[in-house]
Amino acid sequence: MSPRPVPDLLPATQLRLPASEERTLANGLTIIAVHRPAVPLVELRLRIPFARANLPRASLLGQTLLSGTETMSTVDIAAELQKVGGALSAGVDPDRLVISGNSLVSGLDRLLEILAEVLTGATYPAQEVATERDRLADRIRVALTQPAHIARSALLRRMYGRHPYAVQTPRPEQVLAVRPGNLRSLHAERVRPLGATLVLVGDITPAKALDSAEKALSSWNGSGKTVELPPVPPLKSGPITLVDRPGSVQSSLRLAFTGVGRSHPDHAALQLANLVFGGYFSSRLVENIREDKGYTYSPHAVIEHSVAGTALVVSADVATEVTAPALLETWYELGRIASTPPTQEELEQARQYALGTLQLGIATQAGLAGLVSNLAGFGLRLDWLAEHRRQLMEATLDDVFAAASRYLAPARGVTIVVGDASQVEQPLRLFGEVTLASH
Amino acid sequence: MRIPATRFPVERFTLSNGLRVVIAPDRSAPVVGVAVVYDVGIRSEPEGRTGFAHLFEHLMFQGSENLEKLAHFRYVQGSGGTFNGSTHLDYTDYYELLPANALERALFLEADRMRSPRITEENLRNQIDVVKEEIRVNVLNRPYGGFPWLRLPPVMFDTFPNAHDGYGSFEDLESATVEDAQDFFNRYYAASNAVLTVGGDVDVETAIQLVERHFGDIEARPAPPRPNFDEPDLDAERRSAYTDPHAPLPAVAAAWRVPDPIAEFEAYLPYVVLAEVLTDGDASRLVRRLVLTDRSASSVGGYIGFMGEPFEVRNPTALLLQAHLPPDGDVDKVLRTVDEELERLATDGLEPEELERVQARMATHLLRENDSVLGRCLQMAVLEQQRGDAGLLGELPRLISEVTEEQIVAAAATLRPERRASVEVQPGGKL
Repeated sequence: MSPRPVPDLLPATQLRLPASEERTLANGLTIIAVHRPAVPLVELRLRIPFARANLPRASLLGQTLLSGTETMSTVDIAAELQKVGGALSAGVDPDRLVISGNSLVSGLDRLLEILAEVLTGATYPAQEVATERDRLADRIRVALTQPAHIARSALLRRMYGRHPYAVQTPRPEQVLAVRPGNLRSLHAERVRPLGATLVLVGDITPAKALDSAEKALSSWNGSGKTVELPPVPPLKSGPITLVDRPGSVQSSLRLAFTGVGRSHPDHAALQLANLVFGGYFSSRLVENIREDKGYTYSPHAVIEHSVAGTALVVSADVATEVTAPALLETWYELGRIASTPPTQEELEQARQYALGTLQLGIATQAGLAGLVSNLAGFGLRLDWLAEHRRQLMEATLDDVFAAASRYLAPARGVTIVVGDASQVEQPLRLFGEVTLASH
Repeated sequence: MRIPATRFPVERFTLSNGLRVVIAPDRSAPVVGVAVVYDVGIRSEPEGRTGFAHLFEHLMFQGSENLEKLAHFRYVQGSGGTFNGSTHLDYTDYYELLPANALERALFLEADRMRSPRITEENLRNQIDVVKEEIRVNVLNRPYGGFPWLRLPPVMFDTFPNAHDGYGSFEDLESATVEDAQDFFNRYYAASNAVLTVGGDVDVETAIQLVERHFGDIEARPAPPRPNFDEPDLDAERRSAYTDPHAPLPAVAAAWRVPDPIAEFEAYLPYVVLAEVLTDGDASRLVRRLVLTDRSASSVGGYIGFMGEPFEVRNPTALLLQAHLPPDGDVDKVLRTVDEELERLATDGLEPEELERVQARMATHLLRENDSVLGRCLQMAVLEQQRGDAGLLGELPRLISEVTEEQIVAAAATLRPERRASVEVQPGGKL
């Protein structure tokens, strides 16, 4: 029987961006409203700059922001939100406090009203703070036993040294020492509209949604202060850092490189180089250490943008007995992409993937809300996608090879391994110096 | 709050080889979803072959009649799309989400492996290794791995299909053969045992033509009879405990059987709502009592089905509650408090507006899942397979909003300690 031909693609569709409107209020809050009417809901993301906020206090503030106001208890807030099919939650990272939520679109005004009440009147009641403090400490205790968390923490320490990005999870005892007064002060100082961005996406008329948001949030006031982080320090390559986890049946390999931000001229080429290397399933790394050698289930390489710098992080959790060979193959693939150009076929495949997933990523309200909010944190808007698309289409083989050489060379990276040191330390020493670190 | 009506237009037909097809157009974004769901899952794997349904799912990506190993991934991603597959208790799904111009290619890829996957000794050995690493990363090397979805079924159920470890023992996985895989394909992967859904930016006529072009000449084979996996309900409480060497804190999960999700849909729906009344958010009954008031648990959750999919599971299934406890937490006390709260609900009924607000929130959850073309395709495929009713998806928010207080109270009254199976995690990890 003659083989059946794989069907060709139809001509590519143009990138279709949804309609949106934007307004900056007198208090410094920027509101962006985006029309995506597929289901009768609205997604909300409020991003408030939070750089250099005290880590344990900021972490607990995220857990207690919705724990009460002058007129409402934790339960009242949750119940009132539920009545409009809604919910809100808050979380922090080293750059920002984000309040996320959604509701039936008919409940948008109520959702905004409750948000405003929390922003202007959260009381951090002692009883609720005590409860959430214990819960957060328990969650951190559990995280400290998870290989993924241990590896992440060790990698951040190794990458960032004394920069605020180096430690992103407080210790349980630090959390337990936070008092309600600390939270009220932090709120008064930093939960402020200046520089914040509210994103609303859904079955809304953008101009009307802006009016609703302005009405609800124009009384949110206080100038706060603008705090900036220093740029991240350059990576210091050097010995492999080994974190001992006795009895571990896998080793978590993590490698990090310095990347470039979304507005940098190398950004699109680096994204494509990373895809060819390990950024998607059809990459060299996955085809090598998973589909050929069976060392691991989900190896991947991702570009992570933060306000003070961009990192490229490679991850693989591999069977303990193949720790050294898996690391060798990972370095081999990094060395290969940095020292020899990819094929045109590899580039075209990665390019199609990058272009296609741009459209997929904005095909839901939640995906769109996350992206718009994220971009706003870097001073960008949705039209950045059109510019990025152009750069992806124009990147040449030379550009991609040059980016790989510049950013993915093994000599430029740092490597950490979390695993059973009694079994993996000696094999890792075959490659050079190994430093033991505790977690 | 009025629960909004939703309409997802649906076209359904069956090819001459028995493949059931659902077309669900939605032109709101230039993307398409393709889902193929086979009516076989963990419950159907043979004794001595635990984990085989999932291992076989991996093999379906290893090449097919016209495609070498790795080609499937490269064609999907090289078209700008994403893909995956997953194995559940009662079904196995395969899917792609792509820019609209790649629809025909995705249909070709799914048809090619429905016709004939390439199962070789080398690929089988490779994927056994990959699956073992998947189990290590998700179960063996982390705290609370497999809790409670792998830990509670053997306490609650007595028969192999319902009780066994769906990820599989390494021994069983390693003894799998190419012949086993071929037999499994022959038995369960007939076109007549599958549903194909095409959703998103496509017109119905074009979709029908493309489906017929690529799937129409797949050989017709009979679908296997579907066994009845039912077991008698518990008549005495069952409790079990194990030490998790990685876990720093105690945890407990409890389950009660619920009515047949399909044959007794009307009796079943109140349990779906009850799980949310008990655990959705800070205003829910068990979060208020256990977490915010007593502080005997640091988190609590509740849902239907061991994989948390109330509308994608067959009988027998259960309502599950799980709680993570603080250091030195008392599991007995948590279970007693749950009993008390269920008793209180069964005796005193609901508070004003309690049911309405939970129903409104559930509508949001359902609509949110359905905003994704792919999510909609997958759910419709399973609804069509298990119920012959892909269109039920659009009805669910309304049906949930029609559940009454009396039904919730009656459901709560059945969750008695003597019908309960529970499993406790004893911390073996250092704090």
